[in-house]
Amino acid sequence: MADPDSIQPGPGASQPGPGQSGDGGGARRGVLGALSVTLSTTMPGVISAALEAGELVVRVERAALLALMTRLRDDPRFACEQMMDLCGVDFPERAERFEVVYNLLSVTRNHRVRVIVATDEVQPVASVHRIWPAATWWERECYDLFGVLFDGQPDLRRILTDYGFEGHPLRKDFPLTGYVEVRYDVDRRQVVYEPVKLTQDFRDFDFESPWEGMLTLPGDEKAHETRQGPQVRGAPGSGR
Amino acid sequence: MSETVLRNEAAAAAGHDVPAPGPAPTPEPGQVPGTGLEPGRSLATVEIDSHALNFGPQHPAAHGVLRLVLEMDGEVVARADPHIGLLHRGTEKLIEYKTYMKAVPYFDRLDYVSPMCEEQAFALATEKLLGIDIPERAKWIRVMFAEITRVLNHLLNVTSFGLDVGALTPALWGYEEREKLMEFYEAASGARLHANYFRPGGVARDLPAGLTDRIAAWAETFPGFIDDLESLLTGNRIWKQRTVGIGVFSAEQALAWGFSGPNLRASGVPWDLRRAQPYDRYDQVSFNVPVARNGDCYDRYLVRVAEMRESVSIIKQALARMPDGPVTLQDHKITPPRRREMKRSMEALIHHFKLFTEGYHVPAGATYTAVESPKGEFAVYLVADGSNRPYRCKIRPTGFAHLQAMDEMARRHMLADAVAIIGSIDLVFGEVDR
Repeated sequence: MADPDSIQPGPGASQPGPGQSGDGGGARRGVLGALSVTLSTTMPGVISAALEAGELVVRVERAALLALMTRLRDDPRFACEQMMDLCGVDFPERAERFEVVYNLLSVTRNHRVRVIVATDEVQPVASVHRIWPAATWWERECYDLFGVLFDGQPDLRRILTDYGFEGHPLRKDFPLTGYVEVRYDVDRRQVVYEPVKLTQDFRDFDFESPWEGMLTLPGDEKAHETRQGPQVRGAPGSGR
Repeated sequence: MSETVLRNEAAAAAGHDVPAPGPAPTPEPGQVPGTGLEPGRSLATVEIDSHALNFGPQHPAAHGVLRLVLEMDGEVVARADPHIGLLHRGTEKLIEYKTYMKAVPYFDRLDYVSPMCEEQAFALATEKLLGIDIPERAKWIRVMFAEITRVLNHLLNVTSFGLDVGALTPALWGYEEREKLMEFYEAASGARLHANYFRPGGVARDLPAGLTDRIAAWAETFPGFIDDLESLLTGNRIWKQRTVGIGVFSAEQALAWGFSGPNLRASGVPWDLRRAQPYDRYDQVSFNVPVARNGDCYDRYLVRVAEMRESVSIIKQALARMPDGPVTLQDHKITPPRRREMKRSMEALIHHFKLFTEGYHVPAGATYTAVESPKGEFAVYLVADGSNRPYRCKIRPTGFAHLQAMDEMARRHMLADAVAIIGSIDLVFGEVDR
């Protein structure tokens, strides 16, 4: 498992990738850069607002989330009419282990904004379903899969997992195989739930020999840089 | 006739009952929850003719495994509560335990009606994190097959939508035409449905000899097929009675509920990711973005039919402009070497072995990469931690947002109209449930 902080891209990662024309040219990047400056200087509670790999990412404190979201929708410079996606990411090593990630889209300004807020198992995140009604199901999904609580969400039911399911399956400490399995019992003529029985142990191959953990082998720095760009930190053991 | 009038009234009621985007309607503080009663009136004196109806999960018009709990007021839908997740397979969790290359086939199995477009989102996201650029020919092949996929998807949706409201013939015709397209899939990738063709670094293999000619010949005949299909439906009186004015969604509503793709364009929002945020070679093709005005089921149908015609035009442009050359990145740390090289070169053999056991490492970072799949915005939020497996791969399904608005769309409609609405928003549960 990687050091959680290593998941933040390094400062060089905001360089545009060589081939992806999809993000538009430098003009849009300039607009997004200006927006990030606006956000980090005028909005209280914004921890950081910067371009990461050409995408505008705003990290915000939980208490300031609703004010920021309302502004992102209503301020004509942002005009984020749509909340396209909400998802959780689990970093068990962190004090506040969950990131809740909102991906917003403006169809009038043609840009995307990503808002990230951190939380843990007990601290609720304010629900944004009054700003975008589409948020309800996404919040239900995030609650279902991660156990993140949303304050003010009137319909916080499970959505993707089975009726009566226990646990939050996308947490990193939830096993891939789960805890229960179902089968049809011929004698009892019904579907029964049983603890998972594996006929062989779950195999999770570790390809990281100490040799492989070094992304850049001694004497191979030049080939590595042409392949992945100079920003990659090839420290030994940085992989999983 | 009276039925038609009723439906129109229901639609009008739905049209006027439009809350502003943003705050969802909540009961007044003094109301008895769920009834709309004033607090002074007793529950006992009011007869409520409502009952709950279970629609699905095994229902031919549920387009898979949708369980829809409908609260009915007579034959009018008072509230719709879709229960999803019956096809939940834990795709996102599984991908966290696979290498990037092994994650691709899961995307075929999400929206199994438009598999290649799903692969495209993942391939683009991975390529962005890797910082690589794929060869020109691969980009054009992707554009061409993405459009073939769009036609595949729209053919199934339009015709099965027809089937839902009682038109049998379009489905029979449409399946025949889909079979031709699946033969193109099979020729290129070896599989009719689960193609595993668009991979990070390009496409799996080059097109076989003669395939472009077959596709070009098909593209000449297909517009005639669309004309035939339209002659069955577009002017059909019964079809229009079942779809015009049903499930009306305004542009504001569609935006607030996270709509995308044809459903958003049917509500009058000219938004297409292929045009607004082009990827692969969509920046070099010219096409029209069909937009309708009324946002009802009929307009959603019309937009899809018009999009099929545009897709044919894009396929022709891709065929004309596709250059020769390699179809994968010539870096065998990321794409497998050719079989022929492996017979001679030790290095190629090692590359092959390393790729299919360990895979490649993707630098740490995160990206939200979206494509215009036939159903709308399909996106992947990919978090990489520098290892050979995705740390988190969130899939943004398209139908999830559309189905969520079912309550809003179907309210005050007849039960039969709920079926038409489900047909018109183009759901595939492999994608909604993941």
